[in-house]
Amino acid sequence: MTRSDIRLGADIGGTFTDIALEVGEDIYSTKLLTNYTKPEQSILDGMEIVAKDAGIDVSEISIVIHGTTLATNALIERRGARTALVTTDGFRDVIEMRTENRFEQYDLNLKLPLPLIPREDRYAVKGRISAKGDELQPLDEEALEALADTLVAEGFEAVAIGFIHSYLNPSHEERAREIIARKLDVPISISAEVSPQMREFERFNTVCANAYVRPQMSEYLGRLQGRLKDLGVTCPVFIIHSGGGLISVETAAEFPVRLVESGPAGGAIFAADVAKRFNLDHVVSYDMGGTTAKICLIDDYQPQTARTFEVARTYRFSKGSGMPISIPVIEMIEIGAGGGSIAWVDAMGRIETGPESAGSEPGPACYQNGGMRPTITDADLVLGKLDPDNFADGKIKLSTENAVAAIARDVGDKLKIDAQAAAFGVVEVVDENMANAARVHAVENGKNINNNVMIAFGGAAPLHAARLCEKLGVQQCLIPMGAGVGSAIGFLRAPFGYEALASKIMPLCEFDHATLNTLLGDLKHTAESFVRAGTKNEMEREVTAFMRYAGQGWEIPVILPDRDFTEADREGIETSFKERYSHFFGRAVVGPEIEFVTFSVKAQDVMEAPEGVDLQTDGVVRDIATTRQVFDPTTGTELVTGMVARDDLAPGDRIVGPVVISERETSTIVTSPFDAVIQGDGTILLVRKGVTS
Amino acid sequence: MSQIGEIRMQVAWNRLISIVEEQALTLLRTAFSTSVREAGDLSAGVFDPQCRMLAQAVTGTPGHVNSMAEAVKHFANEIPRDQMYPGDTYVTNDPWKGTGHLHDITMVSPSFKGDELVGFFACTAHVVDVGGRGFGADGKSVYEEGIQIPIMKFAERGEVDRALVALIRANVREPNQVIGDFYSLAACNDVGHMRLMEMMNEAGYDNLDVLGDFILSRTHTAMMERVAELPKGKWSNDMLTDGYDTPIKLVAEVQISEGKVNVDFTGTDAMSPWGINVPLTYTRAYASYALKCFVAPDIPNNAASLAAFDVSSPSNIVNAERPAPVSLRHVIGHMIPDLVLGALAKAMPGKILAEGAGALWNIHISARPVKGRDGQYAEVLMFNSGGMGARPGLDGLAATAFPSGVHTMPIEATEHTGPVVIWRKELRPGSGGDGQYRGGLGQVMEVSALEGHEFDFSAMFDRITQAARGRDGGKDGALGSVALDDGTKLRPKGWQHVPAGKRLILELPGGGGFGPPEARKAEARKADERKGYVTGGLK
Repeated sequence: MTRSDIRLGADIGGTFTDIALEVGEDIYSTKLLTNYTKPEQSILDGMEIVAKDAGIDVSEISIVIHGTTLATNALIERRGARTALVTTDGFRDVIEMRTENRFEQYDLNLKLPLPLIPREDRYAVKGRISAKGDELQPLDEEALEALADTLVAEGFEAVAIGFIHSYLNPSHEERAREIIARKLDVPISISAEVSPQMREFERFNTVCANAYVRPQMSEYLGRLQGRLKDLGVTCPVFIIHSGGGLISVETAAEFPVRLVESGPAGGAIFAADVAKRFNLDHVVSYDMGGTTAKICLIDDYQPQTARTFEVARTYRFSKGSGMPISIPVIEMIEIGAGGGSIAWVDAMGRIETGPESAGSEPGPACYQNGGMRPTITDADLVLGKLDPDNFADGKIKLSTENAVAAIARDVGDKLKIDAQAAAFGVVEVVDENMANAARVHAVENGKNINNNVMIAFGGAAPLHAARLCEKLGVQQCLIPMGAGVGSAIGFLRAPFGYEALASKIMPLCEFDHATLNTLLGDLKHTAESFVRAGTKNEMEREVTAFMRYAGQGWEIPVILPDRDFTEADREGIETSFKERYSHFFGRAVVGPEIEFVTFSVKAQDVMEAPEGVDLQTDGVVRDIATTRQVFDPTTGTELVTGMVARDDLAPGDRIVGPVVISERETSTIVTSPFDAVIQGDGTILLVRKGVTS
Repeated sequence: MSQIGEIRMQVAWNRLISIVEEQALTLLRTAFSTSVREAGDLSAGVFDPQCRMLAQAVTGTPGHVNSMAEAVKHFANEIPRDQMYPGDTYVTNDPWKGTGHLHDITMVSPSFKGDELVGFFACTAHVVDVGGRGFGADGKSVYEEGIQIPIMKFAERGEVDRALVALIRANVREPNQVIGDFYSLAACNDVGHMRLMEMMNEAGYDNLDVLGDFILSRTHTAMMERVAELPKGKWSNDMLTDGYDTPIKLVAEVQISEGKVNVDFTGTDAMSPWGINVPLTYTRAYASYALKCFVAPDIPNNAASLAAFDVSSPSNIVNAERPAPVSLRHVIGHMIPDLVLGALAKAMPGKILAEGAGALWNIHISARPVKGRDGQYAEVLMFNSGGMGARPGLDGLAATAFPSGVHTMPIEATEHTGPVVIWRKELRPGSGGDGQYRGGLGQVMEVSALEGHEFDFSAMFDRITQAARGRDGGKDGALGSVALDDGTKLRPKGWQHVPAGKRLILELPGGGGFGPPEARKAEARKADERKGYVTGGLK
């Protein structure tokens, strides 16, 4: 396979399915409503549309890259298979007891999320591995034989196996799988394979989630492949995983939990690709849709990654209210701030927004679809940021009157301020919430966000990006072409990549290079064999150790040289750790031991890098004839604001803010501190007035 | 204030809350003690120059709610303004001026914009060791409980006091971790200060006067509205807790008047000779927490939200005087919310949850190889929770910390810290008090030393003789128990030995039920049996 072939990206989201077809330099895209009963149908329909637009036959497509929220939705909506958990005696309730904490301390009526697998479907067997990986107590195979009969009798559709310390020694889990598989013909997932990381709650929950969505996902993926073949699309199909790489359909069917959050991962890759095209080393991507906003840090064209995240948060997106999933993932912060987020006023007369969303049904008040409660979109409309007659290509006529009424009723009247001030308040609060989330996220990663260039995409992001940049002290922001289907385009840019992880606690003072070389050798093998399944291209690898001072609970990533270690490497690793630590937290600590906790090897194929160009920060100023009164948040007043269609702008144009640049599905708001400069490929650059570098 | 000005103030308030959240997260990320980093036993906040708390991080635990708020006043009293410099950090672990026991280190840093003092950042965290007898109830006075650090400078103009550091290192069992935590505390205040400066520069503020007044006046108004909705009068409640060796009676009278709720602890038993006494500042924190959960759960913590509540007590176990031993002040302190809520239940019947396990079941294990064998020495600390009381309309939460805000630790992580094996940590069937709504289940734990090792442990357990009481006809939660696997009963408090080869069995108490058992719905009973939440259900 070469990268110049005809490539199709398909992103199934909660509301829309986005399709992007790349033929040479050209991209053809479309957006369809997601078909809930037959999700593959939306892909097939979309594929036909873009193929027709591009003038190709679907059989000419050389690769299909697919990402989907189906696994995520199955977890959120609890629509998975009837699953049994087989676990270590004494630990039946790990996934139910969680962290024994209340994520909201003042709510006496708090409800904790129900465990994915109810207590009656969790079975315990004797057998115990120690924290050193030795067998403390043999596995009770007789009991397992009997248990297998029970599982058959109960009619379970999937089985998860999670034993204590299996990430160190998987032999009991493997043996248990063998015994059960002899009697029960359903998919069995074991935690040592799905998520070989320390911390039983996270690991058990991850293996349960995997087992829970596995029958449904493998059936869906099989159906998709079949339907594609029927249409003559015989090319390979690859699936994008939450870490942003590609895996085979077979791997995806075995480890479907790795598909959770694959759509947003595509968005981050999209932004990373834009960053590469403009030689931008430090980028923050900002994706705002109908329900949530997602923010991701991208350094050196690589999105930030993490080893665990939380899905299906049940309580105002609060940390701790969802299910932890321990898999490699593109790390982003997601908050309940989208165009449809509802605004309200709390007991102290403070404006609050989200996370409740009006969704597409009934939608914002201004859609005239029965929605009565004010949303961010309504506030944007009241402030003049949206053109009521040309929204979504004129397909949806917006009612300013409805928006004003909703904002006045639920916000303005309560605060005794007019609708415009109230709308300003709503938008300021949501922008501030996003800015705070972005800042905290940056801090957690030891970064300072105002050195970054923002890349904004998703329907609502261009409306808020300039103000967000003001709040974050960010100087430049890009609004790329195709921003509406950013994730699907991102899929086309994804490498064949896989990250293999293993936990191994080893104090640096007991540095054992032989053990380390063996362990990393295994990880390299695992990661590369996944990648080899998809590509013959050259591969690159990254080896990371997650390290900490003994006694700390959080590790920081330290990049290790990719070669065999000798005793002499101890000192260099210590130095690297201390440098990283100082970078994150100001100064290294004197005294405590340093230790390794987890190792990771990431392998991916080497991508053909697009030719990078530097940002064009200046251009020829164009006068804009049409103007409208738009509220300017910086000055707090309405200003005469230019109105121009994105299609009417040409590379090299500079437009002086405040101005509104409208396009099919959104508008870019250039606030008064910014100008816009159109780049060679049509990307809009927002640049602070007076900043030229 | 102009309409736009109003919005800008709201946004700035938001930002201030976000700043203290960053401050707390920095502490969480860098801390060494398991109690901070895994369990979240910390707090962080920002104050104006008059020491009024303007915002507090959501991350953290209620025990520090306004104990830390009070602490800042002590710092300002003892360090003269003309001796405060940019880059300073002050420290104490005084139980009466800080947050109730020597293990909690409180640090306060002045925040200067140019030459002007614009506020203070404060934070508190529980460190792993302070010397003395260790974390336990056996001290006869605070002098036996560890090193005392009076209010003093940890750093002046950015320079850490090396003499203080050397002194502390020489007095604690885990000097690296303890000093590491001192640095973490100081660093988190620095982060807060940096963010505050960014915000003030951006907004063009020279000081926090206007913003502070806005926050406090808004909060005050909201609190007054909430208090006005409450019935007026006096209601009292009492409760027995296990005590060290004999039960201790706690009494609270809640008086709701115009714009004020007062809790008075007259009638409560006298101080104990053991380290379970509570300085008033900690009592106040948990009494305020209980009131706030019920009256104003959604209103942010600041000086104005806390000002609506007042706490008073003659000298007794919840107003222990120096030099009383106070190491395990949480064992009694964690019972105070149930005590106060019980009084509110009389004022507003049908609206308040039943009693729960209350105090965390913390266990400090000191493990070593058996005589004549090689092995590992280690100090291991675990936090575990019993069941919460049933709520009107909802079953109690099983194995969930209340009122404490801490987390438990993963057993896989615990087993890496020392030669111990946790053989069991799961729900305890039948331990929730029956009722229309069932009390939350406690849990069962089995712990042994790794082969070739033995251990001592400091017990800090309660509700072994005095159950969590049901409410409105609900039954009591099951009592807790501490024993060895051979049936030997152990004491609920104090240091004890677990020989090699034996398992320590902890049965944590359940929460009380709410409403008469006969009113429990049939399908709820069926589910309890199916899930094995009651005995005789799932095998």
